[in-house]
Amino acid sequence: MAENTIRKVATRESYGNALKELAEEFPDLVVLDADLAAATKTSIFRKAYPDRHIDCGIAEANMMGIAAGLSLVGKIPFVSSFAMFAAGRAFEQVRNSIGYPHLNVKIGATHAGITVGEDGATHQCNEDIALMRTIPGMVVMCPADDVEAKAAVRAALEYQGPVYIRFGRAAVPVINDRPDYKFEIGKGSIVREGTDVTIVATGICVDSALGAAEKLAADGISAEVVSICTIKPLDEEIIINSAKKTGKVVTVEEHSVIGGLGSAVCDCLSANLPTKVKKLGMQDVFGESGSAAALVQKYGLDAEGVYKSVKEFL
Amino acid sequence: MNNLELQKHANEVRKGIVTAVHGAKAGHPGGSLSAADAFTFLYFEEMNIDPADPDKKDRDRFVLSKGHTAPGLYSTLANRGFFPVEDLKTLRHLGSYLQGHPCIHIPGVDMSSGSLGQGISAAVGIALGAKMNQESFRVYTLLGDGELEEGQVWEASMFAGHRKLDNLCVIVDNNNLQIDGPIDKVCSPYPIDKKFEAFNFHVVNVDAHDFDALRAAFQEARETKGMPTCIVLHSLKGKGVSFMENSIDWHGKAPNDEEYAVAMADLEKIGAELEKAGEA
Repeated sequence: MAENTIRKVATRESYGNALKELAEEFPDLVVLDADLAAATKTSIFRKAYPDRHIDCGIAEANMMGIAAGLSLVGKIPFVSSFAMFAAGRAFEQVRNSIGYPHLNVKIGATHAGITVGEDGATHQCNEDIALMRTIPGMVVMCPADDVEAKAAVRAALEYQGPVYIRFGRAAVPVINDRPDYKFEIGKGSIVREGTDVTIVATGICVDSALGAAEKLAADGISAEVVSICTIKPLDEEIIINSAKKTGKVVTVEEHSVIGGLGSAVCDCLSANLPTKVKKLGMQDVFGESGSAAALVQKYGLDAEGVYKSVKEFL
Repeated sequence: MNNLELQKHANEVRKGIVTAVHGAKAGHPGGSLSAADAFTFLYFEEMNIDPADPDKKDRDRFVLSKGHTAPGLYSTLANRGFFPVEDLKTLRHLGSYLQGHPCIHIPGVDMSSGSLGQGISAAVGIALGAKMNQESFRVYTLLGDGELEEGQVWEASMFAGHRKLDNLCVIVDNNNLQIDGPIDKVCSPYPIDKKFEAFNFHVVNVDAHDFDALRAAFQEARETKGMPTCIVLHSLKGKGVSFMENSIDWHGKAPNDEEYAVAMADLEKIGAELEKAGEA
């Protein structure tokens, strides 16, 4: 497909649209925000359902507790803020007030990773997957595009229990727009088959992995690309089977290489099928200001960067 | 319920607190004892609850924001019939359902709590949800005075005042002592009443150990419309056990066997006096 025909949507936009589209079907759905509705895109829901949108002000810790309380009277709260504040600032509230009592609260965290861009390191959360993974019973998802983001929101509403979904600020190509697309919590998908190396990617990095696979193919290297939306519970089967076939695994995520997808894949493979793994992501560094595209390039998470890293690894 | 009966129940609640903490060899007797009369009033008179149906939909809700005083809540629930009083001896034991801090799976416990500042937010969320659902039950949450140092308390209070949650009653157990010392020496939250007023609460100051005063305060809370109410309990930490009264040492320590015997003798004596008063 030619570059200019690819539809691009920021997954935060998908999130806001999905909330609105699912509101009638899920009458208990309520949406909470902390003065960021315009940015998280819960404003789309607010415009249509003002009585079901609760602005908690700039107080994320309290917002998590409010959501917990709302769930105790049968509401299904979707709590929104930037990933930095939802998973970072309010970590302990999520752990103790939502995770420990295993309440039916969904966290829609936007502006995850370095593609926050110009705001810089203070707002670029590269730690949220790691933090949320450690909470017992927490489902952690990181959709790759518009289609997957909307499917993840629906799946979260249908699921009973706490869910964390990570969305991005920057517009990203729609890659899952096909009639046979199916979404299930805990299931990954092979988006490109290959035999020489497995690239496991999540979020916006699935697109980079596909681009890298294309470049590798030109060099005669057959890369299999596994798209993982649900980082917890991880689809171990799909990773083990692919690793069995290729013998080498590269992980790609817009997140720290400590505790995120790469760590989850290593946990899985070290216990089941010890395999050499190269983890691409933020290499234990903070981000910085810049455009999303420039940052993704600088930190080696675009197709070219992933391609180069895979070549070095092989 | 008449005051004498409430006093007798409160005394049994206190025995349960001391017994539970002694059995656990750990826990928080001081703040449990200071709030024992409030716990008793809530569960024996004020709240619409049913021990035979702990999850009934229209029940009033209670969140123990100062979750470390779980022995006070558990002893009250046990004495009210939610679970056997005998089970209090298993507090904090491996395998017991009576966890060190309140856990939502315990009969009668509406929310897990214990990390300070978080319980009030959950209570505010429940109160907001009740309003949205047009349900008429009330929501109570008990905080420690030291807990007021947590910023989240004020986030929650700002929200509750802003949303005019008049189905919410925040109770502060003002026994004036926290682990590191008197609250006004550590990091003073005083004036407590003025602070809650500034956050758009109706505030009632009350003697925590006077059931007439408690009754009047909770009635005032129920009758207050358009804003949440904060009841500031002026209490005595360790109330009822001579050597624990107004003592920081007994914030989070269990009595040994000798101390337990003295504590129970103190409470037996109070119990005997109450029996005598009943006969008179």
